[in-house]
Amino acid sequence: MNSNSALGGLLRRPEAGAFLGLIAVLAFFGVFGGLTFLQPAGMASWMNVAANLGVIAIPVGLLMIAGELDISVGAMVPFGAMTVAVISGHYGMSIWLGIAVTLSFGVLIGLLNGYLVIKTAVPSLIVTLGSLFAVQGIVLGLTVLITKSTSVALKVEGPAKALFGDFVFGGQVQAMVLWWLVIAVGYIYFVHFSRYGNWIFAMGGDKVSARNAGIPTERMTIILFVLSSTSAAFVGMCQAMLYNSAQVAGGQSFIFNAIISVVVGGVLLTGGFGSIIGIFFGTITFAIVNQGIYYTNFDRNWSSLIIGVLLLVAVLMNNTFRKMALSYAPKKGAK
Amino acid sequence: MGETILSLQGINKSFGPIDVLHDISLEVKAGEVLCLLGDNGAGKSTVIRLLSGVHQPTSGQMVMDGRPVLFRNPREAADHGIATVHQFGGTFPLMSIGRSFFVGREPTRWFGPLKIYDRKKANEIAVKAVQNFGITRIDDGDRLVGGLSGGERQALAIARAVHFGARVLILDEPTAALGVKQATHVLRIVNEAKRRGLAVIFITHQVMHAMAVGDHFAVLIRGAVAADFRKGEKTREEITDLMAGGASMASLEAEIETYMTTHDGHPPPVSSAAAH
Repeated sequence: MNSNSALGGLLRRPEAGAFLGLIAVLAFFGVFGGLTFLQPAGMASWMNVAANLGVIAIPVGLLMIAGELDISVGAMVPFGAMTVAVISGHYGMSIWLGIAVTLSFGVLIGLLNGYLVIKTAVPSLIVTLGSLFAVQGIVLGLTVLITKSTSVALKVEGPAKALFGDFVFGGQVQAMVLWWLVIAVGYIYFVHFSRYGNWIFAMGGDKVSARNAGIPTERMTIILFVLSSTSAAFVGMCQAMLYNSAQVAGGQSFIFNAIISVVVGGVLLTGGFGSIIGIFFGTITFAIVNQGIYYTNFDRNWSSLIIGVLLLVAVLMNNTFRKMALSYAPKKGAK
Repeated sequence: MGETILSLQGINKSFGPIDVLHDISLEVKAGEVLCLLGDNGAGKSTVIRLLSGVHQPTSGQMVMDGRPVLFRNPREAADHGIATVHQFGGTFPLMSIGRSFFVGREPTRWFGPLKIYDRKKANEIAVKAVQNFGITRIDDGDRLVGGLSGGERQALAIARAVHFGARVLILDEPTAALGVKQATHVLRIVNEAKRRGLAVIFITHQVMHAMAVGDHFAVLIRGAVAADFRKGEKTREEITDLMAGGASMASLEAEIETYMTTHDGHPPPVSSAAAH
């Protein structure tokens, strides 16, 4: 009886689907690939993918919970990489200056996205589609103009390298994994324990009612856009520092991968429902499918099929669990 | 009855060249239900938006407790104790009862150095507030609002408004989407709010519901107050006629009756009735 209700309680939570999905892919790759991907080298491969994606997926998921969408992250990743590489690589200025400018630009573009969304009332998908292309154009145009090349080298040493762009734990796990864990804990507090999380869910549930209840919906929207674009710039910056170079292209895969992680993680596309833990599990699930395929005998081209099926199954499961949560009423005494 | 809490005095509202409200004067007293009746498009919603601070009057003034007031935004209206509850309760279906009850005013407690949302306290207060309105079926603050019936959602929204110190309660078509039994629940809650000394403005186009709880009635037609009367001064038929724009409803009824007597009791086909 007791274990029954504990299971029921889990299934009614937003992360239920993500949790079951994670178990399913672990079982799948455990059977077909052996357990190599759970050994340190294998773990590192999917944890690196999950961390880089997860730092972006959480704020993207928050925007989705609040009823918005940000696809400009796909351009912010190369933007972040290129900004730090041009400033600290091409011009050879201090890496700390490069970091500060990169993150400031991330904040700035987030402000711009958020401002356009609240002022124009154009759906944020369209606004950020516009900024996705605009930022891509800026990155390509300015980089070629300044460096006469589409790839810029960057050499970083010392504490900045150790902090943002190095491997930890004996050389396979990226520092980003630690950032991801720390950031995820911060978001869990922000969303599920501080009062502001409540505001985000209310905004996604019904924006007008939320505003009438006294929630500063416009300021919150801007803050969330700033978080997502700054996070994407941060990931790009760290990648450039890790690989010692930056490319103008790349990063688009983050758009769909982040959305898949968020949806598999149980966030409702129309807003108002979801959890950080769910997004966290969703990201790991995605990363395991993405990397686990290398540890099996399958051709890696099949991984997209698995991800597609996973996404559909996850959405269907999440719908079922949400209905369970809605219809749930404690049964006490005779009724 | 109590003293007048809120009154509108000669309010006009136009959006650009379109006059939506014309010389509206209304007042509502503590412990009294003012029913605002009117057909779709009569201007009921605009009156609500003025009262709740979404729009501002073009001319005329609002007086609260004897002093002129101007609500520049919904927050200011709320700060003056004016709470609006919309048709579907204005609540968040995928949030828990406790969280939804305290949206924007979450109780917090210290957890070490961090300030966190006090779920237990929020749930306790929310459940108690709703139960005080006679909805004893709600006993778990973790349930999602979307799982409640329409009447329970209305009760939750009204209890929330009262809990946060509302003095004027504006109910926008609270019974429109409800079945008979649920609507009765809501009407009971309206009576309970009135008993507690709130001034209630009850917007509806269901005359039966208005007559069940109203003390004072105002009928809006094309943006003007067409009639203003107290309980017992008019019959249901008279009110319905007023809302439909005077005699037109009565003549339609007569027309149908004539048709039925000449056609063995069959009602006229829709096209024939419309053609007349």
